[in-house]
Amino acid sequence: MEADAAKLIGAGIACIGMGGAGIGVGHIFGNYLAGALRNPSAAPAQFTNALIGAALAEGLGIFSLVVALLLLFT
Amino acid sequence: MANDPIHQFQIKELAGPFHIGGYEIAFTNSALFMGIAVATVTTILLVAAARGALVPGRLQSVGELWYEFIHNMVKNVLGPEGKPFFPLVFSLFSFVLVANMLGMFPYFFTVTSHVIVTASLAVFVVALVVVVGIAKHGLGWFKLFVPHGVPAVILPFISLIEIISFLSRPVSLGLRLFGNMLAGHIVLKVFAGFVVSLGALGFGGILGAVAPLAMAVALTALEFLVAFLQAFVFAILTCVYLNDALHTHH
Repeated sequence: MEADAAKLIGAGIACIGMGGAGIGVGHIFGNYLAGALRNPSAAPAQFTNALIGAALAEGLGIFSLVVALLLLFT
Repeated sequence: MANDPIHQFQIKELAGPFHIGGYEIAFTNSALFMGIAVATVTTILLVAAARGALVPGRLQSVGELWYEFIHNMVKNVLGPEGKPFFPLVFSLFSFVLVANMLGMFPYFFTVTSHVIVTASLAVFVVALVVVVGIAKHGLGWFKLFVPHGVPAVILPFISLIEIISFLSRPVSLGLRLFGNMLAGHIVLKVFAGFVVSLGALGFGGILGAVAPLAMAVALTALEFLVAFLQAFVFAILTCVYLNDALHTHH
């Protein structure tokens, strides 16, 4: 296999990791919404925590995007 | 290559390069838009605060909301000891927010889509956490890496994990902002490119191009949300990390 083709395939495989980040962010906001509907009065105080969790989960997906970009452009 | 989605991130030299002390220093479009971002924040806040009316007008309300939003965040996360760090967090939030928002204008340069800018901000924040932590708690601050109540057998591993997680903070803080802005702008450009290439196919193509056009409009709205959210996340993670320096729970 040519090295360029392997690089492109590798970049595509690396992007699968972003799906994991999508699952993680969905989990966080889904659970936040479930909790917020059970106890709406406690929801606003926890929204910041939900955002922090989503940002941390999303960051890992961004890592795989960066790996893909590194494979494509270096 | 009119549809090249990476082209928008190219750094162009607007003036220079000047040779100063053996370095090549040029005034680039990145530097220009950083300057515009700082000038925009300063102008908006100065004009908003100039009147100081008891019943705020529209612009003054924006300024007050902006200030109180960050002030409440710093107060909730850091407590009263966090007061000296409010100007830092406010500046970081304002700069990132306005740089992200400026990037949403067509043909404008997105400063935060370059990893060197976001990584500099992130490394500065984490270096500040180390300096403040050691200045406040002395060498006892390193107990952050040795949690209480962990069995002695697995303590070395836990410490190793804590140290690695601390060292990955500047990486993740910088890459998150960079990746979000870069990915968002690439996706916008790719969908805009679909409109152009479908429209070139003739009448049927123009009808088909409505779908990616609608998607591009929806993505623009999403990007405005992301631009705000990432500035907020950057600011609140700065607060959370500074909290480790100010209050060591372990």
